[in-house]
Order: sequence, then structure tokens, then C-alpha cells
Amino acid sequence: MGLESKCPTSRRTRRHLVCCCAMRRREFLTLSAVSIGGVLVYSLDREVFRLAAQTNQSIRVPLRFFSRAEALIVASAASRLFPSDEAGPGAREAGVAVYIDRQLVGPWGRDLHRYTQGPFEENAPAEFGYQGQATPQQVYRQGLKELKGFDRLGPDEQDQKLKQIEASLFFSLLRQNTIEGMFCDPTHGGNIDMLGWQLIGFPGPRMSNFDDVDKHFGETFRPKPASLRQMTGRKVRPSEDQE
Amino acid sequence: MKTLPSVDVVIVGGGWTGLLMAKELGSRTTLSVVVLERGGLRKTDDYGDDMDELDYAIRLRMMQDASRETVTLRHTSSHRALPIRQHASFFPGSGVGGAGEHWNGEFPRILPDCFALLSNTIEKYGAERLPEDHSIQDWGVTYDELEPHYMRAEVLLGISGKAGNIRGKQMEGGNIFEGWRSAEYPNPPIKIPYFSALFRDAAKALGYHPYPIPAATISQIYTNPDGIARPGCTYCGFCERFGCMIGAKAQPTNTLLPVIQKRKNVSIRTGATVRRIVHDTTQSGGSARGVSYIDGSGEEVFQPAEVVFLASWTLNNTRLLLLSQIGEPYEPTSGKGTLGRNLTHQVYFPAATAFFDKPLNRFMGSGASGVRIADFDGDLFDHSGLPFLRGGILLALSLGFRPIANFGVVPQSVKARWGSEWKKAALHYYDRTGNIVFHGEHLAYKGNFMDLDPVYKDHFGDPLLRFTLDWRENERKMGEFATAKAVEIAGQMGAKEVTPFPGLRSYDATRNQSTHIQGGTIMGSSPDRSVLNPYLQHWQVSNLFVLGASAFPQNASANPTPTILALTYRTADAIVNRYLKNPAPLA
Repeated sequence: MGLESKCPTSRRTRRHLVCCCAMRRREFLTLSAVSIGGVLVYSLDREVFRLAAQTNQSIRVPLRFFSRAEALIVASAASRLFPSDEAGPGAREAGVAVYIDRQLVGPWGRDLHRYTQGPFEENAPAEFGYQGQATPQQVYRQGLKELKGFDRLGPDEQDQKLKQIEASLFFSLLRQNTIEGMFCDPTHGGNIDMLGWQLIGFPGPRMSNFDDVDKHFGETFRPKPASLRQMTGRKVRPSEDQE
Repeated sequence: MKTLPSVDVVIVGGGWTGLLMAKELGSRTTLSVVVLERGGLRKTDDYGDDMDELDYAIRLRMMQDASRETVTLRHTSSHRALPIRQHASFFPGSGVGGAGEHWNGEFPRILPDCFALLSNTIEKYGAERLPEDHSIQDWGVTYDELEPHYMRAEVLLGISGKAGNIRGKQMEGGNIFEGWRSAEYPNPPIKIPYFSALFRDAAKALGYHPYPIPAATISQIYTNPDGIARPGCTYCGFCERFGCMIGAKAQPTNTLLPVIQKRKNVSIRTGATVRRIVHDTTQSGGSARGVSYIDGSGEEVFQPAEVVFLASWTLNNTRLLLLSQIGEPYEPTSGKGTLGRNLTHQVYFPAATAFFDKPLNRFMGSGASGVRIADFDGDLFDHSGLPFLRGGILLALSLGFRPIANFGVVPQSVKARWGSEWKKAALHYYDRTGNIVFHGEHLAYKGNFMDLDPVYKDHFGDPLLRFTLDWRENERKMGEFATAKAVEIAGQMGAKEVTPFPGLRSYDATRNQSTHIQGGTIMGSSPDRSVLNPYLQHWQVSNLFVLGASAFPQNASANPTPTILALTYRTADAIVNRYLKNPAPLA
């Protein structure tokens, strides 16, 4: 109970206390405004702030699961999977590392909705799905240990390193989570400014396509994207914030 | 255990079948009816916030929580089963409305000859053409008997489509291969988006017979005979795995619940998890006394009832009978027992993934907007020279492309799976990709069945249901045939590259292949080979009825909900007209 009173974000469940309070002091991911697109970040209370891009201004994003060192590795790796290049912005601008950090602290990262009773058969054939005991939190923590110093390598060396772990569960989670962070609703921390949706022409939650669904054959039809919050006019509580 | 006052009827499960039975009995009789639903209450207003792919379609917010209960899988009886730790190949629902809330709303009837599959196949091809270890059988009900009930279900939901066969007269533009219909659909077909229109035109050019999918995502404002009014679909694309926030997609909560809530003799208890059917049975038979369940506060409750309806979805219907020790569990070596036999899952896969040079605007659509062909369904084409029996439908669905699920699919010519090369190709092809999907019949086999797992338990400590399930040569060959046809159509559609389905290997619990799992408490005309009689009444326990696709002896290519509702209507009639006057076996 002593633990509970000290925990800054204490919640009811014992399970949460274990993973939250076992964490060290709160850490931040410090990014330059330019490197995250310079437009949108989240403050401690998760209210969205729009910042004017200013050279040399740095922004501190509070981390919920990763240490600062881990977050830098994740940001670098996600950026190699979905790079910022001549085809457009990528994982770095869309805030993928922030998205993954939040997912890992939420129910998904803790396996709250996966069947986790043993016995475990770690080497089961692929068609049985993931049969291991480790939660996504544990898979990330272990995987990141093996990428120590990754963010300080050059791009070619980073790609070599990623190729070496391509067959791992950690890599497949990282790749899947990167795609999620690129294209999820911005309420989850990724897809900042709907960058991902703009890249692919997805308008987000759009109440009606009645007048358009059987038109525009063979032509591009790209309504301006709107997020769930913009569409509903209220904040919808995302799953990662639930018990 | 707390014992409650007895009621006339208790219904386990608040999905399509449970609520339809509650509505029928609640409206047509004065019986006291209690529906027990383990999930929570849901309603259309709740769905305004659900247009979020991550939480709903990826994290599966509307589905049964696998941490509490799942199933185990093994491919043959000689293997050890492992739990399906995350739902992926099928999606059981949880909460009022069940899987009927997050379904797509495709609404085809089953082909008439499927109801007498064993007799018809032997008559046409001879018994020697049947797979050695098959266990297919006739349903004990005919299409003609079901036709009026199909019609009632279509009118209830306001199905939008085009008839292809009204009383034997072929109708241009509909499915000319469908069973006879007594009338046109209650609403005209829904709109056809670009990708589906390309499929329609290509199929027609190749001499096939495309038709718009009969849809529960309705085309216009509609008021059903119960006075329930629903708006037309807006093609927002948040349909499959979501609840409809305007109620255009027929769901139990928008079609049945408002009627039930007006009936004083019907009540719905949520958070009530039924663990056992309580019964007095002997060798020769017996009767159910009610059900025991855990309520929302964790207390164990006994609800006595005169009649028990098990309407808790395919898998839980079978599991509750096994846990309650009602009926003889199936044993594949001896062939004895009926409970748990004939487990089937639809043969369902993306037969051809087609890549185009033009954008498709695929974010627009509904769960059921699209076009099908039935030219290779059932026995509608000659199988004399083919290495398999039966068939299925090919379709081009425009259900609203979800970016997380679909981003990154690239043609085989692109080798990279991450990095700049992949990103460039994935961005280019994102809105230029479409799947032609195959839904095929799955025959029943002696070796595919369900029983209780000896190792893994649910959160109460009860054994999980165990699947013993794998594909056979008939499905693999049928799949190869369908894939070749889909590739041909994709080429005709103008695809620049096509990735054919690689073929069925072992049953894969990680690949989504529809939620059309069937069997386990199958119906039939003999208690030696089925659990239920043709009125879905338990052969040995005559005050117990089991509703849903657990009654299907084998899997047709059609989506199961229309047939589930038609069978439920037929059972409701038999109960109101016959059983209440004389509570005895109906067959």
C-alpha cells in the first residue's frame, strides 16, 4: 500500500502497480521540434499542444514505458522501417515511438486480453500463433537490450543490424507497431497531424460517403482527413488508457 | 447458490438467435422470458465513438476476451492441442447482440441442394465419390420448408438485394442460381463501389453471372413489420468489426432489442455467465430444470425454468452441453456419440490479390457492398472430371479498406518488406489493391470435432473447448480450382499484377477466415447421428432447444446468419403452435 501512495499515476489493479511503480523516475524523450515535424506533441496530461516550429527548440515528451535510451532506439529503428525520404514523412514525424510507448503501458503491452495460462509451447508451429509467455513489454525490453547503441549507428549499419533480427518476434512486433503508429487515429499518439493518412489518402472516420461511393471511378477522390476527435467533437478514451 | 423464482423460459445468450426467440415468444405468448447475456448492454448510441481501427479492428474491443476463455486447437487426434491465445481466425462477440453487432451483414441463403447433401451427392455421383472419412449428412429440413422463414428474416432486417429466382422464374441481375424465392427482396440493392464494379464487368465479360450481394446494410430508409425504422447506409466503411452508429446495418440491438424492451414479460440480464444447464436426465431421456450462472457480482445463481434455450453461439452451445454432461460426447475412433461432431469452418481465403494502375478509393463501402458470382457454387457446375466435390462463391467486397490492416501489401515483384523501397511501393499500391475472396463449402469429416480440453482451463477453472480440425484434399483441390478462376477474373479486370492464394496447408489459427464456424450440436432426422431434431429440440431432453450454426451438419458456402434466423423462426412457430399445447418431442 505504501507503494501505491508513492506512485504518481497509481491505479487500482495490483498488476498495474507492478509495472508502473517498478519504473524509475519519469523519463522524457527529448526531440528537436524539427525532428518531430515541429507541429504537434503531447504534454503530461495528454492534452494536445500545437507548437510553432522553431529551430533549436527542443520538446520533452513524457515516456510511460521506455527509458530515454530505449525510446531513442525505437525511434531510430522505426525510422529505418518507415523512413522519412523523398516519398514523404515517416515514423519519426508521425510520432511512432510515442505511440509504441503508450501501447506498451496499456492493456495490450501487458497482455491483459491474451490467454496467458500455461503450459507454454514456445516452439509451436506458426499456424498456432504466438504461444510464448513473454508479454509485449517483455519482448520489447529484451529486444532493445540487443540493440544497444543502435541510435548512434549510421543508416547502413542500422539496416544491417535490423536484417540480423528480421526473423525475431521483437522485429515483427516492431514492424506491426510501426504501421499502427503511422496509420492509427491520432488519439493514440501516432499519426501526428494525420501525416500517415495524408500519405495514403485515407480520410479517417468520415460519416458519409453516400454521394461518392459509386462515383469517381478510376480517379483519385481524397476528402480532407478528420480525426475521431474532430469528427465527434469530443475526446474518445483510447484502450491504452483503460485498466 | 442463490435460487431465483422460476420462469417459463430462460434463454442463454443475447445475440441474433436468443433475442429473436425472445421477441417471438415475448410478442406471441404471455410466457415469462429471461435472457442471460454474459457481456454488457450495447446500443446504437454507443457506436458513435467506435470509428477507430486500432481499438476495434486490431485490439478487438467488441470481441470475446481471450484472456478469460478461448479454444484449443490440434490438427489430428494424435497431436497435443494448444490454446488459440489471441482470436484471429474467427471473432466471437461478447455483449448484447453478440457477433451480430460486428458482422458484415452479407445475407445469402443456402443453396437448396445443401439441405440434402448426402442423398443428392450419392444420387448424382455415387457413394464412391465421397471422401473416405466424410461424415456429411442431410439436415432433416428442406429448403422449401425454410423458404417462408428466410423471407421473414429478410423482411425483418430489410435486406437489400436483387432476386434472381422468383418462384422458378429467372430474374436478370439477380443470382439466377439461388433457390426459389417467394418474393423480391424488401429493398433494392446497395450501391456498388468501383472495385466491385470492375469485378462485375469482368465476370460478365467472361460469361459468368454477377449479382449484388444481398445486404443487411440497407439501401434506403426502411420500416419493418415490428415498426422498427432504420436509415440507409452511408458507406462510411466502419462496418466489419464495428457497430453501426446510425443503425443502417441490421444488428440485434437495433432490430430486436427495441421490440423486446417494450415487452413486460421479457427481461435481459447482462453480466450473467451461464456455466451449467441444470437437468435430471437418465439413459432414456430427461428434462432441463434451468441454468446456473455467475452474476455480475460474482455470485452463483440458479434460475429454474420450464424451457431452456441455448443460444450462445456455435462454440459455447457445444461447450455448455459438454460441461453440463447432456448427451453423449462424440468419439471419433468408435464413431459413437453425437455431441461435438461435424466441426466445420468455411473454406475462405483471398483467392487473388490484384494490383491495379488506377486508384480505387477503397475507403468507401460497407461490410456487404460488393458483387458475387455463384457460377462455381455447390453442384452448379459439373464435377465429373474434377478432383473435388462442391464449390463456393467468388466475391469482390468493398468493405472500407482499413489502413493498418491493409498497408504494406505489395506485388510479388517487390521483395522488400521494410525500408524506402517497400515504403514507396506500399504507398503506391495502397489504394490500388483489391482481393477477390472465395467462400467455399467445408465438408464434415469423422476426424474434425470438438471435445473438452484435458489441460487448459477458462478463468472459472472449467475446461476449454478443444478443436480437432484440419483441411482435407477436397478443400485443397477446391481451393486451387477457385484460385485459378479468381486469377482469370483479376486479369480481365485489368490488374497489372496478381498474387494467387498459395493454397491451403494445415488449418491456420492466425489467418482470418470468417466467423462461420459450425457444427457440434448438429440437427438431423435420427438421434443416432445428430444432437437435435429438425426443430432444434434436443433428442433426449425435450425441453431444451439449441439455436444457431452449431446445428449445421456441414458448412455451406453461404454466410450462416440468414439460415440461423430462418431456423429460429421455424422453431418459434413449432413452439407456439405445438409445443406449448403439448410439451413433448416435436419429431
